[in-house]
Amino acid sequence: MISEAENTRYDLGIIASWIQPQSRVLGLGCGEGELLHYLKTHKKVKETGIEIKEERVRTCIEKGLSVLQGDINEEILDYPDDYFDYVILSQTLQQVYEPESLICAMMKIGKKGIVSFPNFCHWRIRMQLLFSGNVPVTRELPYEWYDTPNIRVLSIKDFRKFTTKLKFGILKEAAIVLRDGNRNGDIVKHYPNLFATYGIFMIGKGKSAK
Amino acid sequence: MSEYIEHDPRGESVGRVTRRFFTFAESFEKMILENGVPFGPVTIAYETCGTLNPDRTNVILVLHALTGDSHMAGVYSPEDAKPGWWDSMIGPGKGIDTNRFFVICSNIMGGCMGSTGPSSLNPETGKPYGTDFPVLTIGDMVRAQKKLMEHLGITRILSVVGGSLGGMQVLEWCVRYPEMVRSAIPLATTTKHSALAIAFNEVARQAIMADPNWCNGHYYSGRKPDLGLAVARMIGHITYLSDESMRQKFGRRLQDQSDFSYGFKADFQVESYLRYQGSKFVERFDANSFLYITKAADYFDLEQQHGGGSPVKAFSGVPAKFLVISFTSDWLYPTYQSRTMVKAMKKNGIDVSFCEIEANCGHDAFLLPNERLTNLIRGFLEGVFHDIGS
Repeated sequence: MISEAENTRYDLGIIASWIQPQSRVLGLGCGEGELLHYLKTHKKVKETGIEIKEERVRTCIEKGLSVLQGDINEEILDYPDDYFDYVILSQTLQQVYEPESLICAMMKIGKKGIVSFPNFCHWRIRMQLLFSGNVPVTRELPYEWYDTPNIRVLSIKDFRKFTTKLKFGILKEAAIVLRDGNRNGDIVKHYPNLFATYGIFMIGKGKSAK
Repeated sequence: MSEYIEHDPRGESVGRVTRRFFTFAESFEKMILENGVPFGPVTIAYETCGTLNPDRTNVILVLHALTGDSHMAGVYSPEDAKPGWWDSMIGPGKGIDTNRFFVICSNIMGGCMGSTGPSSLNPETGKPYGTDFPVLTIGDMVRAQKKLMEHLGITRILSVVGGSLGGMQVLEWCVRYPEMVRSAIPLATTTKHSALAIAFNEVARQAIMADPNWCNGHYYSGRKPDLGLAVARMIGHITYLSDESMRQKFGRRLQDQSDFSYGFKADFQVESYLRYQGSKFVERFDANSFLYITKAADYFDLEQQHGGGSPVKAFSGVPAKFLVISFTSDWLYPTYQSRTMVKAMKKNGIDVSFCEIEANCGHDAFLLPNERLTNLIRGFLEGVFHDIGS
């Protein structure tokens, strides 16, 4: 029998491994609540999710998760400062209209932020651009230019630069490739900006966090 | 609230239920109402389904809307044409599962369905109170329900659930008795009436008071203000529907005819429907109760009364976990009103879930059988019940 832990997406497993048990967690754009449910059952966290689609919100609430239907950019404004131990933005940054204000809002209401995103400078994407002359379509970003919800593309290197600009420190980071339908994966140690398909960062307040 | 009650198509039902009564504030210990008036005795009608567990942790309190009653589910006798008003939600295996929970529904004070209201006999005169009945608030209704809980020996409630005016009572319960309420589901409701909602209520009240049979509220020995009450009901009914649902249900279709009558009979189906709803309503509801309850709803202002005007303050110190639900086409208590309370809860660090259900049937959506709503409520209650066990 495969346990839920083994069955969880590899990237979510990494995020979960960074989270202290019984902490307070906010998941932005939490979808159907896979990560939050895992954290609630395995780490006994006090979870909250924000999700815009009614159907997904219902799925979350039916699982017993506390989730609010709404726009993350607005809903994030209503919490007390430092209310959450972690605010998670998993696979959503590339769809955010104003990343700077969202990340700053995350770090206002949360002590730590966790951000994961597809790395747009993976070597396959670079090759596609160079040889096909089309805007890349990949497993991680499987849309054409005209129907993509992903309005921003960034690399692992870009995100590091961005945190420096915003004066947040990087506490943890993982560059990964996923395989087996995202259930498994590997940490990329060498040339992550070239070989990793996803970047995951934990950021904290203050430059000297690392 | 409208009436949509039908027997469960799958035959699932709590079966026979009995209406019970509890009386307090007799003789010396009168209830001091929020307007300062001492009042008593007070009788509250209530019904229960399911079984109270030994540690009394499985209590769910259901609160009804404007024209509802304690008869939430099941039947009084097998011959009943219709079951209780929320039979689609409450029963074995249903959203509020009576195999697991002990469910109580309390009728409101001021009503006419077994609880003390303007049509009850005034012990001092031996006649019905009429408009000598004191003006009540939602707070008074909830305080009377608290007395009922004490009488039943219940000190903690797993969840308080209700829609519309029932939702106002839910919110009042949470801020007034925070130590008693573990969780709450306010549906299609508001922390205070908008001008629009007050306006419709006022037109409905005027319809009753303009009826010559109303006689300043002392009509119980003669003809009743049925016409006024029927018009009041028709007005209410419109606010419970939506443009979309009325277009689908009636459009401009004519009633039993192919052309206009060029007179003032009910040509259109929508006219006929409203007239029918109005005439049916007067058989079961008291006009004065309608006045008193709508007034209590208009006076309700959780923010003003419990937060000095601030919704955030009103919810401070409330430990309950919330599931707030609104419906897209509800124009009586639109989603923005639910969002206001959700925002105030978040600012207080309250554990709150919120879902706006897509529905085209207007305010009444909370009463209609709806699998999405049922699953939401079931999931939430299971979660809360699980949390207290662990």
